Amino acid sequence: MSRLQWVTRVVKPAAFLGASIPLLDLLREAFLGGDLGPDPVRHIQHVTGIACLALLLATLTITPLRRYLHLGQLIKLRRMLGLWAFTYASLHFLTYLIFDQSLDVSRIMADTVKHPRIYVGFAAFLILLALALTSTDASVRRLGKRWVTLHRWIYLAVLFGIIHFAMVQKLDYRIPLVWGAGFLVLMLSRIRRRASQRPPPVAAHGVVSAASGD
Amino acid sequence: MLIRRPDDIRPDEITPEKLFWSRREFLVAAGVSGAGLAAMSLPDLGPRFRRSGPDPDTPTPYDTVTGYNNYYEFSTDKEEVRTLAAGFHTKPWTVRVEGECAKPATVDLDVLLKGLTVEDRTYRHRCVEAWSMVVPWNGVPLAEVLKRFEPTSKAKYVEFTTVLDPKDMPGQNYPILPWPYLEGLRMDEAMHPLTLLVTGIYGKPAPPQNGAPLRLVVPWKYGFKGAKSIVRIRFVEQQPVNTWQRAASNEYGFYANVNPTVDHPRWSQARERRLGEFFRRPTLMFNGYADQVASMYAGMDLRANF
Repeated sequence: MSRLQWVTRVVKPAAFLGASIPLLDLLREAFLGGDLGPDPVRHIQHVTGIACLALLLATLTITPLRRYLHLGQLIKLRRMLGLWAFTYASLHFLTYLIFDQSLDVSRIMADTVKHPRIYVGFAAFLILLALALTSTDASVRRLGKRWVTLHRWIYLAVLFGIIHFAMVQKLDYRIPLVWGAGFLVLMLSRIRRRASQRPPPVAAHGVVSAASGD
Repeated sequence: MLIRRPDDIRPDEITPEKLFWSRREFLVAAGVSGAGLAAMSLPDLGPRFRRSGPDPDTPTPYDTVTGYNNYYEFSTDKEEVRTLAAGFHTKPWTVRVEGECAKPATVDLDVLLKGLTVEDRTYRHRCVEAWSMVVPWNGVPLAEVLKRFEPTSKAKYVEFTTVLDPKDMPGQNYPILPWPYLEGLRMDEAMHPLTLLVTGIYGKPAPPQNGAPLRLVVPWKYGFKGAKSIVRIRFVEQQPVNTWQRAASNEYGFYANVNPTVDHPRWSQARERRLGEFFRRPTLMFNGYADQVASMYAGMDLRANF
């Protein structure tokens, strides 16, 4: 089995399965005699929010991992992980719209304008939406270099996501800080690489690989 | 005239039978719009998951009341507190009553409550985090206990202190809050007939995660006002700085009256989620106890005194 085949036939399906576990677990808890806990909506929001953050950080880990493992083929995972992150973000956002706000538009608007936690989260969602919509091969081809620029917004989405998570906490910021530290490490690895004056093969290679389809 | 023992949930708050049987009208009346339709197609996942139904104040199941606890002395994870508090020793337990009173004393809990009738009081319980439950508490009116120590005219406030015991309370090893936990009430609030010193829930001794062996319950205030595992009660002249106010004075105040019109800086207090339900319900002024307590705050700016 070639390295590419190993990635596409083993690693990728395994990653897909891993990414689906939080969702499958929620479905099991809701429908298969499990238990969503005392505050089901909060539980769903927590699980989907954490899953989204974890998958976003996973997409940011792909680039350094390719370099360290000398396994460029891992790029084949990135779009899938990003779309899973978007899936969890959508579920997270939908539970807010439906259960927290009963789809009441004026209430949602008021909450969004008034509370930074909501608009920061909403901004992160809008970025992920834009990235998901332009994740197709056709978009990559059509947008060319602009695609790379657009998809750098992922960094801001992750930052907003972590801030949004921290703003839910009541004084105990230990867990958001761990996520923040993970994000920082991933960002520093990029900054260091840029500083070392090498051409950034990461994004360019990413475009080529993504454009080649998988 | 003072009603000595007001009904916990007044009859007029209970949904009339006619309304009970006309759920559609109820939903419309309750202002549940588009989502109401979505709710109807939700699968019924058992009693714990039923959406906001026609019976608004059903006691929250015992397992939920004892399994979902904000008790930072043990953990900031509400679902972890039950396990961590399991071995907490609540016997013997002494309480020091001191400050501006004629008869300060350190007494055993049994002595503190001796001769008082433990009453059943089912109260709505509203957390500042915008979730709520209905708890059948057992306890004695705080006023009955306080009178025994003969507070003087200088006693304008009462201060409650939770035990400091980092060995048995793992959360106290982290400086998330300034320990020990401290709460306070104005004298009239403390003497109000609704204010309860709780020893039990559902007719059983309260388990440690619910604040055993002695906790405060002030049903028209956010839950954090209810100091747990109390070891000290102090009559003071100056308004105490309660723990949450000390930790974040822009977010948590001294009064902490449930008020749907004054938001927490980071989230709305207009609506709440009753544990086990999917949709939020409107939060009631003073948590629905306005008739009994609003007069204490007449003329006060509740936005400034949040």
